[in-house]
Amino acid sequence: MKIIVLAKQVPDTNEVKIDPVTGTLIREGVPSILNPDDANALEEALALKDQYPGTTVDVVSMGPPQATYMLRECLAMGADNAYLLSSRVFGGADTCATSTTLAAGVKKIGDYDIIFAGRQAIDGDTAQVGPQTAQRLGIPSVTYVQKIREIKDKTVVVERALEDGFEVIEIQKPCVLTAIKELNTPRYMSVSKIEEAYKKEIAIWDEKALNVDPNDVGLVASPTQVHKSFTPPPKGAGEMLVGTVPEMAAALVAKLTEKHVLVEH
Amino acid sequence: MVFSERHNLVRKLARDFAETELTNAILDEIEESGNYPQELLDKMGKAGFFGIKTPKEYGGQGSDYISYVIVLEELGRASAVTDIWVSAPNSLGGGPLMLSGTEEQLQKYLKPVATGEKIMAFALTEPGAGSDAGGTVTTAIRDGDYYVLNGRKTFITTAPVADWAIVYAKTDLSEKNRGRSRGISAFIVDMKLPGVSCGKAEHKMGIKGCPTSDIILEDVRVHKDDLLGEENRGFQNAMKTLDIGRIGVAATSIGVAQGALDEAIKYAKERKQFGQRIADFQAISFMIADMATKLQAAKELVYRAAELKDMNSPEAGTAASMAKYYASEICNEIAAKAVQIHGGYGYISEYKVERIYRDCRVFTIFEGTSQVQQMVIAGNIIGK
Repeated sequence: MKIIVLAKQVPDTNEVKIDPVTGTLIREGVPSILNPDDANALEEALALKDQYPGTTVDVVSMGPPQATYMLRECLAMGADNAYLLSSRVFGGADTCATSTTLAAGVKKIGDYDIIFAGRQAIDGDTAQVGPQTAQRLGIPSVTYVQKIREIKDKTVVVERALEDGFEVIEIQKPCVLTAIKELNTPRYMSVSKIEEAYKKEIAIWDEKALNVDPNDVGLVASPTQVHKSFTPPPKGAGEMLVGTVPEMAAALVAKLTEKHVLVEH
Repeated sequence: MVFSERHNLVRKLARDFAETELTNAILDEIEESGNYPQELLDKMGKAGFFGIKTPKEYGGQGSDYISYVIVLEELGRASAVTDIWVSAPNSLGGGPLMLSGTEEQLQKYLKPVATGEKIMAFALTEPGAGSDAGGTVTTAIRDGDYYVLNGRKTFITTAPVADWAIVYAKTDLSEKNRGRSRGISAFIVDMKLPGVSCGKAEHKMGIKGCPTSDIILEDVRVHKDDLLGEENRGFQNAMKTLDIGRIGVAATSIGVAQGALDEAIKYAKERKQFGQRIADFQAISFMIADMATKLQAAKELVYRAAELKDMNSPEAGTAASMAKYYASEICNEIAAKAVQIHGGYGYISEYKVERIYRDCRVFTIFEGTSQVQQMVIAGNIIGK
C-alpha cells in the first residue's frame, strides 16, 4: 500500500500573541510546529504501515524552505520519504491555490492508495485543503474521520464524526481522508529515527518540477482576500447556579424569563 | 551554545515526552509509592532514551553526547528520578561494556541494556571504599573456568531490580597491592546466580522511585567468559566509566536546576506581599537574576564537555569534571533559593521545589563528590 500524507508547518498558536493595535497575529519569534491534526493524519498512516508490511508513507508539504524541519519531524516519527513544494510563486496562496499545488505534488509522486490530511490547520481553521485536493485529483474524500474500520481490496471503511454521533462510510480507493484528533494519539519520534531523518534527502520541488502554470498557483490564483482580521470581544463571565436541582431549575427559569427567552402564557 | 536542527529535534522529543508523560499526578504517585511505572520505562525505551549514544549494532540509537545531555536536561527539568533511570543504562550500565566488552559480551549484554529489556547495575562502591575505590576488598579467586567472588557492595543504584551487575573485585591479592587500585578486575554478574543477594532498599532523602541497595556476594561462581576486559585492569575500566559518566550527572543538574528556576519565577510572579508581586521586589528579582546567570554558565560547561567528548578530545575528562562539579553545586544553590522564594510553601511537599531540593542533594555526592572533582581538575591542571 502507498500512503501520502499532506502536512503543514504552522505557528504554535499556544505561543502566538495578538497585536492589540492591528488585531493580527504576531508571528515573530513564534516556534513553528507540525499542524496537530496533520500529526493525527501521519499517525494513522504509520499505524497502517505497522499493520501492513510493505506499506510506504510519503509526506508532502507546501511551504517555505524552513518547513524541511517539520518534514524531518515527520521522518523521525517514521515516514519513509518527504517532499517539500516550495517556490516564491506558491506564496500567498489561499486554500484554492494551495490545493492546486498539493495535487500537482501528489500526482508527481503518483501511484497512491490513500491520502491522509489533517482536518484543518490551526492557523487558518478552514478545513478546505483536504477535500479541495481530492477534487483536483478527481478522487472521493471523507472528512472528519474518527476511525478506520477496515481496509478492503478496493475500498476503505471509515467512521465519520458528526456532532452527535458518527456515520459509517465505505469509500473507494484511492481517496482522501481527513483526520481529527479523536482518530489516534500521535507517536513520539525516537532518537535513532531523528538521526536517520537527517541522513535522508528531502526533495524540494518548484513550479517547474511540478509542471504547473505559475498563473494557477500562489497569490495570483487565490480568489480569497482577507478583508480584516480581529479578535472578537470576550464573552461575559458565566454564572454558576447553586442549590438543589429544583432550586437551580427554578432560578434558571426565572433568569430565562427575565431575559425573555422564556415567555409566560 | 547554538544547537543544530537535529539536536533541536532531540530536545523537542524529550520536552514533548516530559510534558505529556511526566505529569504532576504521575510524579506524586512515584514519590508516594516509591515505584516507577513499568509503562513509563517501556515508553522511554521506545523513544530510544536508554541507548542514546550506543551504536546501532548494539541496540542503541547511534546518536551522540550532545543528544544525551539534551535528553537528560529536558527530562530532569520535570523529574530527577527519571534521569536516574535514563542515565543508568547509558552511562554506568552500558559504559563499562562499551569500554572493555568483547563482541560476544556486547551482543549478549549491551544490546538488551540499550533497549531497556534488561537492567545492568554498576557495583564499585563498598562500605569502606567510596571515593577511594582502590580500597576495594571484594575478592575474586580463580578456580578452574570460574572466579569465586566474595564481598559486599553498597549504595548500588537499581540493584534490587537489576538483571546483571558489573562488579569490581580484587583478583591480585598480593601484599604489594593491598589498599591500592592495582589488581582489580571487572565481572559481569548475573543477579540470579547462587550466592548473590541484595540488602533492603535504602530509605533515601530523595530520588524516590529508583531503588538503591547493597549487593552481597557469597561464594558466587562467575564464569571466566564474564570477566570484563583484562584481568587486573578493572580499575581503569571503572575510572574511565566514571570519567565520562559524570557528564550525565552534570546534565541532570542543569535540568533539575531549570525546573527549580521555572517554579521560582512562576511563584514570584503569582505571590503578592505588601501589595505587589514579590517578583517586583529587588531582593527577589536579583536572586532570580543570579540563579539564571549561574544556570546558563553551568549549561555552557555541560554542553562543552559533551561536545569535547563527541570530538574525542583529551580535554573531555577535565571538562566533564568541571561540568559535574559546577552544575551540581549550583543546582543545589538554585534549589535552595527556589525554596527560599517560596517561603513557607517551599517547605511543604505539595510544592514541587520541596522535592527538587531533596532530589538534588545527592548530585554533589554520587559519581564522584565535588571534592573528588576538585582533585581531578586540580590534578589535570597542576599535574600530579
